[in-house]
Amino acid sequence: MNQQEILRYSPKELLNIYPFLEAFFAGQSWILKLDQQQKLGLLLEQVDEEQQEDYAFDKADFIGQLSDFISQMETFMGKKDKAVETLMVLPGQNKSGEAETFSELIFKTQTITSIVGPTGSGKSRLLADIEWVAQADTPTMRRVLINNEKPDTSWRFSGNKKLVAQLSQNMNFVMDLSVIEFLELHAKSRMVANSDELIRRIIDAANELVGEKFERYMPITSLSGGQSRALMIADTALLSQSPVVLIDEIENAGIDRKKALKILTGEDKIVLMATHDPILALMADQRIVIKNGGIYKVIQTSEAEKAMLAELEKADQKLQLLRMSLRQGEILAE
Amino acid sequence: MNLVTISGPPSSGKTAVTIKAAENLMKRGVKVGAVKFDCLHTDDDLAYEKAGIPVKKGLSGSLCPDHYFVSNIEAVTDWGIKEGFDLLVSESAGLCNRCSPYIKEIKAVCVIDNLSGINTPKKIGPMLRMADIVVITKGDIVSQAEREVFAAGVYAVNPGAIIMHINGLTGQGAYEFSTLLYDEKIKIDTLKGRKLRFSMPSALCSYCLGETRIGESYQMGNVRKINLDEKA
Ligand SMILES: Nc1nc2c(ncn2[C@@H]2O[C@H](COP(=O)(O)OP(=O)(O)O)[C@@H](O)[C@H]2O)c(=O)[nH]1
Ligand SMILES: [Mg+2]
Repeated sequence: MNQQEILRYSPKELLNIYPFLEAFFAGQSWILKLDQQQKLGLLLEQVDEEQQEDYAFDKADFIGQLSDFISQMETFMGKKDKAVETLMVLPGQNKSGEAETFSELIFKTQTITSIVGPTGSGKSRLLADIEWVAQADTPTMRRVLINNEKPDTSWRFSGNKKLVAQLSQNMNFVMDLSVIEFLELHAKSRMVANSDELIRRIIDAANELVGEKFERYMPITSLSGGQSRALMIADTALLSQSPVVLIDEIENAGIDRKKALKILTGEDKIVLMATHDPILALMADQRIVIKNGGIYKVIQTSEAEKAMLAELEKADQKLQLLRMSLRQGEILAE
Repeated sequence: MNLVTISGPPSSGKTAVTIKAAENLMKRGVKVGAVKFDCLHTDDDLAYEKAGIPVKKGLSGSLCPDHYFVSNIEAVTDWGIKEGFDLLVSESAGLCNRCSPYIKEIKAVCVIDNLSGINTPKKIGPMLRMADIVVITKGDIVSQAEREVFAAGVYAVNPGAIIMHINGLTGQGAYEFSTLLYDEKIKIDTLKGRKLRFSMPSALCSYCLGETRIGESYQMGNVRKINLDEKA
């Protein structure tokens, strides 16, 4: 619909055709208080100087943005972008300007890559290169390909299409909403129709990860650390649009980490995980070692390493049990 | 010289993000200067200075800060050119959330933070609606879902803008942002004759002129009354 055509509809008709306009009109809600049956063109003609000033409103600007919004949303909802299946990083250089020696680094959906290296070694830079789909235009000179092709720049600039979702170490929510309201809001912002079923799945998935289950009506700010973390993971797996998920260390507290990773890979995510925990690192299919701002090594997790994992997990479980007995005032024994 | 205007609510991270971006540009040999417009007080000049960025500050005092901005930006631009900056950044707080002292064809950035509440994008007005780039900060304090919901709110208000997430503390995203701030090809010699993107309010009442007494009989000029009968 072009600008001229838009003017021939009333706000009410427009809302019927494009329900997503609710959010746009909400910013200019006084327009909707006007006679909704009248054509927008006519309504705008009646807006006088004083009203324009009062509502900080500019007609041409309004119509321009309205038509931009409609066309962008139509593309966003109509066109199914080809799913991101692989991400490839081509070598650049480290902080000293020395070329990185790996030939190529491939991330596939459903796989986990761990990233190790001291703080400040360049982990965030690697992530930023991916997020920005670098084309030899960042300090590392790396290039990032999506599905083996040079990606278009919309990944960089668009507000509702981001390559990377991040699960940071922060475990708090700030919104004052219940679990269900929170998920509904997120689903709405993503224009998900019939979100009830999806929301139920998210809550179930999150509750699979924690010992103590939470209810849908609980305020998100009242959830325990583990419960918040579980909800964030399940929500990111099932409701975030970003194909890549970066996890910044999952503490070994109150959450089933193996299942958490399964949920993410099960939803076709590419999982990157910054960690120094051997158990997590071994759960990954490959690991990247970062040194002096560059990728120093790419290691495929070998069978021998995987064999160690079982042992480590057993030791870890034992430690957890002992911790629980300690908390309950029991005498520790084998 | 390039000129960029940065605005946004108080404490949204304007100074933090600007300094992080400027540091990246200075590493590339770009000469950056700054000017800070505020109302009563600012320490931002110290922060810029500490980062090695030459800075001027202007306090509007009892005047409308946005009117003050427009009356001074031309002279400040001349100062920047004289100093030989490649890029001059002007930071001002959006004090009444209405005005956007953005100038046509001059890059306009609005900085808002994830903590400000999901309805904030709707409330901000032209400052957000007319920006070319919207920077969202403090993503480190909220969850992925909250970031997505907030960004969707910004998008609904300004669908044409470039929306970027930047961490003002760690500088994550600032390098990328800096590449959008400076363009070698842009040469601004003067602001004379340029226009604001949006007109400012013409409100002029007795209180603008220094009246302090409260009461109907002291009110003159452009006065408007709250409607207490209106149903919400
Ligand atoms: N956690 C966090 N704090 C930030 C971020 N950006 C800025 N801040 C902090 O927010 C406060 C206000 O930032 P400042 O740049 O002075 O805001 P301004 O008033 O808009 O210039 C400072 O204490 C900053 O350190 C961010 O991305 N994350
Ligand atoms: Mg500041």
